[in-house]
Amino acid sequence: MKKIVFSVYRYNPDVDAKPRMQEYTLEVEKSRDMMVLDALILLKEQDPTLSFRRSCREGVCGSDGVNMNGTNGLACITPVSSLKGSKVVIRPLPGLPVIRDLIVDMAQFFEQYEKIKPFLINDDKLPPARERLQSPEDRAKLDGLYECILCACCSSSCPSFWWNPDKFIGPAGLLNAYRFLVDSRDTATEQRLDDLDDAFSVFRCHGIMNCVEVCPKGLNPTKAIGQIKSMLLSRAV
Amino acid sequence: MVNVASTFGRSGTHDFVLLRATALVMAAYAFFLVIWLACNPSVDYNAWSGLYSNLAMKIFTLLTLTSVLVHGWIGIWQVLTDYIKCSRLRGLIQYVVVLALGVYWFTGLFVLWGV
Ligand code: SF4
Repeated sequence: MKKIVFSVYRYNPDVDAKPRMQEYTLEVEKSRDMMVLDALILLKEQDPTLSFRRSCREGVCGSDGVNMNGTNGLACITPVSSLKGSKVVIRPLPGLPVIRDLIVDMAQFFEQYEKIKPFLINDDKLPPARERLQSPEDRAKLDGLYECILCACCSSSCPSFWWNPDKFIGPAGLLNAYRFLVDSRDTATEQRLDDLDDAFSVFRCHGIMNCVEVCPKGLNPTKAIGQIKSMLLSRAV
Repeated sequence: MVNVASTFGRSGTHDFVLLRATALVMAAYAFFLVIWLACNPSVDYNAWSGLYSNLAMKIFTLLTLTSVLVHGWIGIWQVLTDYIKCSRLRGLIQYVVVLALGVYWFTGLFVLWGV
């Protein structure tokens, strides 16, 4: 058997004056590895007051984004063995208000997502009888964009989003904005670009690339933001 | 769309282009001065005034000072809007910074005028 030490952020605003770190120890078989979410579930058996979000437990729903040993990621697809250091430190996603323990308030994140109008806009007067067709090439442009599960790991690791969460759309929102900007079936490109062309929404991205580093789906928001900047620039000059 | 009145450009794109364009001018000026100093190891008053009495150099210098003004205005505004959350304090600092940049510009203009 081996012992794994966890240090978990605890904060219940109804009871605690301020947040604290609580240590737990798990005893597991030497040869056994597990995902951080499995460990959290075992810790919750020890201490039922520990709170966290989870749903699909396989990296699809994006509910269990947390900060593990300083890096954001999904607890359900991060093996404990991949975390270096003498203990596993688990904190809520940084920059977002904490509701309780590892549960954060995602309202600001989704407000930014809402701003980019994350739905297809098409003002064709004569909609096709069955479906809007797309060439394989046009469809391929959406690869690397549509897969986003809105886990907020990227936006909550971005300093520009920490400083201006009410004005900067953030990597997740911008990746999704570009997903609709390049969609050949969307006809609102100009209006979408108009809405983004201020000093904060897109241009607060200074290419730090924390988003690329942490995205559990391997997406590249910085590249998408670069493409949006190019679109804005090419229509301005 | 976020509306802001205290930055320099008309839009995010305008700010972005201005920042890069002015950076190029400042880089060119710094590069030129380094080369000039390397080629003239013993610079005295005559060498300086000879350099700056040239019309092209006066224009280049004024262009660079204007670039410092614009670049500093936008850049400092970006830093302040990241780190200073109290809008009164931010406005005050921005005001002082822009005044200082204006002072640099006018000082440069009058110095060049006199050469
Ligand atoms: S881009 Fe990646 S990290 Fe960001 S919300 Fe989407 S899936 Fe999560």
